[in-house]
Amino acid sequence: MKRNRLGDRVLHLYTWLIIVWLSAPIAVMILFGFNDKKSKSNTSWQGFTLRWYQELFSISDLSTALINSLVIAVASTLVTAVIGTMLGLALGRFRFRGKGITNFLVFVAISTPELVMGSSLLSLFVSANMPRDSFTIIIAHVLFSLSFVTVTVRARVVTLDPSLEEAARDLGASAWGTFRQVTLPAIMPGVAAGAMLAFALSVDDYVVTSFVNGSTITFPLWIVGSVKTGIPPQVNVMGTLIFGVGVLIAVANFVAARRRRT
Amino acid sequence: MKGRLTPYLLALPSWLWLGIFLVVPLAAMASVSTTTGNNIDGFVQTFAFSNYTDALSRYSTQLARSFAYGAMATVAMLVIGYPVAYFIAFKGGARKSTYLFLLLLPFFVSFVLRTISWGFLLADDGILLGTLKGWGLLPAGFHVLATTFSVVAGLTYNWLPFMILPIYVALERVDPRVIEAAQDLYATRLAAFRRVVLPLSLPGVFAGVLMTFVPATADPVNAQILGGTSNTMIGNVIQTEYLTNLAYPSASALSFTLMAVLLVGIFIYAKALGTENVLEAAANR
Repeated sequence: MKRNRLGDRVLHLYTWLIIVWLSAPIAVMILFGFNDKKSKSNTSWQGFTLRWYQELFSISDLSTALINSLVIAVASTLVTAVIGTMLGLALGRFRFRGKGITNFLVFVAISTPELVMGSSLLSLFVSANMPRDSFTIIIAHVLFSLSFVTVTVRARVVTLDPSLEEAARDLGASAWGTFRQVTLPAIMPGVAAGAMLAFALSVDDYVVTSFVNGSTITFPLWIVGSVKTGIPPQVNVMGTLIFGVGVLIAVANFVAARRRRT
Repeated sequence: MKGRLTPYLLALPSWLWLGIFLVVPLAAMASVSTTTGNNIDGFVQTFAFSNYTDALSRYSTQLARSFAYGAMATVAMLVIGYPVAYFIAFKGGARKSTYLFLLLLPFFVSFVLRTISWGFLLADDGILLGTLKGWGLLPAGFHVLATTFSVVAGLTYNWLPFMILPIYVALERVDPRVIEAAQDLYATRLAAFRRVVLPLSLPGVFAGVLMTFVPATADPVNAQILGGTSNTMIGNVIQTEYLTNLAYPSASALSFTLMAVLLVGIFIYAKALGTENVLEAAANR
């Protein structure tokens, strides 16, 4: 029995080591947003400053790239949330012709490597003579996040008791009224989770975007583009702020879910 | 919601999207991969399957390297991640979700930025190596960046949570009473693990491998940021062929080869375990 406990303790320590390893680059990112660097490169610690927070938007290309990323993420999330929820409802609630192939397509869309998705989309846009800009980026982002929304919504729809909807209909609610007042609120956590995932995937994407962006630059593209010349500390600050907001939303979501359960 | 047309109307927008922007481009890519011609005069369909043999022999080094790096990273993730998933599933107790949350923390930072920060940690005169060199613990010429190790370590780092999560999900479903039963029947702890826990966790392992091997093998970012000129992977080749050389046929042939290898993987998986498991594991990430 004693050996068990020792084993458990080793595993416990090991798990924390892995967590520290996974978080180390984040700590570095946050720390070097406060680095009072004098030289061109931002690789060694030279003192504490809040300068980069004050001069957050002083690099206009970078600010534009961040704004582009956020606008594209909002637009693609809205489209994905609507059509992905519709598909999730169809797959979770109905039997219809082509359901098998639809499930398979959803699966293919999730598992196609980003590189293949990006390059094949570029082939399409080139052969259709479509200019590449924010619009083509949004098309691509909807494509790779659609399946994630569909799957989370479907998982929620499957657990929904159909008698609730029947009760609403029996009480004289219209089909649309039933959907809006019964079905939608019940599947909302799934829709919200899927939408958040879609937003995160969109803001984060580099590979697919690099194929379909034309001359539009997003936040990740700007960062990769400036690796050779050195990443300015403003990038660390923006990364830190995005990280902070993301963690806050996740924690709030977690607390809200716990409160609903009790 | 009861109309017979309802499911079709609900699915229609997604069908269009997936059809026009996924199926058609993949088919187009397959078709382009056997064309000949150049960027100025256009490409003509000649069913030139030699594009495949040409591209594959020209870039066989990078292709082999990609599969090797992807495999090394996947094995590393499996070895590193399994004990973590095991600990959280069986010993995590009330703090299970806290552990999972901490494992997912890196995902709140952009993938590109994470990889750069990682390169930053490993830089020749960076925090780690610089300090160790300052203490005289490492020779001045020692470097980690631009080696096989740094690229594989970067891939391992970036996809580790995708390996841990599906294994955790599979282990979490194992009824502890099954293990107790094995031990009551005089199985040692090791035997109980090997004969009971491990087989039950295999679907999770399989899902984890599929969710990490494919993206790690095809990833151009880690090799670009953490590797040097001698660590180029197939992802970098495809990117350059498409975006810089505009060599669409050979780039398509390479992309399609990658996709074909993946499809074989999916097919084996779907046959063995059904698609819903992978999808759920993917959605719960």
